[in-house]
Amino acid sequence: MPKICIALLVLLLTACSRGDGERLVITGSSTVAPLVNEMARRYAALQPGLRIEVQTGGSSRGISDARSGLADIGMVSRALRDDETDLLATPIARDGIALIVHADNPVAALSADEVRAIFTGQVNDWSAVGGAPGPITVINKAEGRSTLELFLAHFALDNPAIQADVVIGDNEQGIKTLVSDINAIAYVSIGSAEFAERRGEPLRRLPMGGVTAGIAQLRDGSFPLSRTLNLVTRADATVAVTAFLDYARSPAVHDLIEQQAFVPLP
Amino acid sequence: MRDAVFTTSLRATAGLSAALVVLIGVFLLMASWPALQQVGVLRWLTDDSWQPLSGQFLLWPMIAGSLLAALGAVLLALPLGLCSAVFCNFYAAPAVARPWRRTVELMAGIPSVVYGFWGLVVLVPWVRAVAPPGPSLLAATLVLALMILPTLAVSADAALAAVSGSLRQAGQALGLGRVSQITRIALPAARAGIVTGVLLSVARALGETMAVLMVAGNVVQVPSSVFEPVRVLTANIALEMAYAVGHHRSALFVSGLVLFALTVLLVLLAEWISRGRRPHVPV
Repeated sequence: MPKICIALLVLLLTACSRGDGERLVITGSSTVAPLVNEMARRYAALQPGLRIEVQTGGSSRGISDARSGLADIGMVSRALRDDETDLLATPIARDGIALIVHADNPVAALSADEVRAIFTGQVNDWSAVGGAPGPITVINKAEGRSTLELFLAHFALDNPAIQADVVIGDNEQGIKTLVSDINAIAYVSIGSAEFAERRGEPLRRLPMGGVTAGIAQLRDGSFPLSRTLNLVTRADATVAVTAFLDYARSPAVHDLIEQQAFVPLP
Repeated sequence: MRDAVFTTSLRATAGLSAALVVLIGVFLLMASWPALQQVGVLRWLTDDSWQPLSGQFLLWPMIAGSLLAALGAVLLALPLGLCSAVFCNFYAAPAVARPWRRTVELMAGIPSVVYGFWGLVVLVPWVRAVAPPGPSLLAATLVLALMILPTLAVSADAALAAVSGSLRQAGQALGLGRVSQITRIALPAARAGIVTGVLLSVARALGETMAVLMVAGNVVQVPSSVFEPVRVLTANIALEMAYAVGHHRSALFVSGLVLFALTVLLVLLAEWISRGRRPHVPV
């Protein structure tokens, strides 16, 4: 009996120990994660013995993990703030945030004032903004998410002022909630929205400031609500880390970036 | 010799389990401490709103949301669970009772995210048809009720099955009908077991995260009707923890601490009831 216990313990311990190869841990933004996942898969195929783990948890986690050394690389879906300059940012792609409605919603576009009125609860019915009568379901993001910060900054809104009917976590949950409600409005990453549309989800992106929320507009810089997707590292990054950063900036991954409906940087 | 080894290892594992629970409590307290120090005790109940990034830490609506959803779910599921247990023990032929029990146990094994997804695509549109927006306290309560129903049914079933045959025979000898036997003898005798099952179900409902996150709407407010969205403590942690740093993070640990305290209270209550109240024999 005790012998078996010891044998099991030894087995467990060896199973937990690391393999021989190099290991890269990348954590952070759930917007950037699917893209980095694809990059990592392709990169690992070129580098036998290298294991790359990609975990989500939001831009703040990407920053704090990169700082504390819990992760080798952090994923951040916004520009670095003034108090984050201790980290090095490597921009890898551009993304935009689009307002989305249900595909069967007849509203063609909303002005910035209408968006503000809807999200602050001054307008509660679609008929007031040129749609079919029906109570508007406002879908907002949970506190701390970079999509929320960008959205608030663009429309000069304050989170406490927003009268949300539903609060969601990641883009995917937002899309799932929106397509089940013809009267809902939400904002998600253009990449996630375009992906969902290709899957056949019934949703529609609204233009912003008269500009279509699409890839071409992101690329030529005309879309007003966009952001840079960054990988952040500490100043003392290892050779393996900088090699991966170089790969993520190279034309070899441009097709992956476009697949995810993001825009490669020149 | 073998006996001694066995006893020692049993004691060690039991001690380890107990130590782990204590450690979890200590860890939660330590992680919550910065926020508790900064915010004090009263402000969790009196602040204007939950905006940790703007220094507002109103936790009360989420405590209310958690308790309302969990207790509502038990109120809905308990009669159904009791009926199922009574049916199995007193009405069903063995050929029916066995597959019935297996089905209930199978229900208990369905992962919570499945319930949540079903709730989002089926239940929420139904609620919306009655009163928008759809994701609401009602939707959360209904999904939770479905999830704890198997637990309630199984525990009530076991409690009723454990009522001794001699009690039943005595009842029959007195010429009681089946309904009287159930209501006057079996249910009172099984009360302790049933109550314990109820408290464990409340604990499970309080701790459920994924399913509630998908259907409750997650707006921080004390709901004025069952059709309004609510946020529960677990969903608060799941939504914000990955994105929280500093005091925001610590404030989320306070939600965890409150949950932990609620669960400890429930377990103590269950213990007290199952120990303190012996099934009394009607004379």
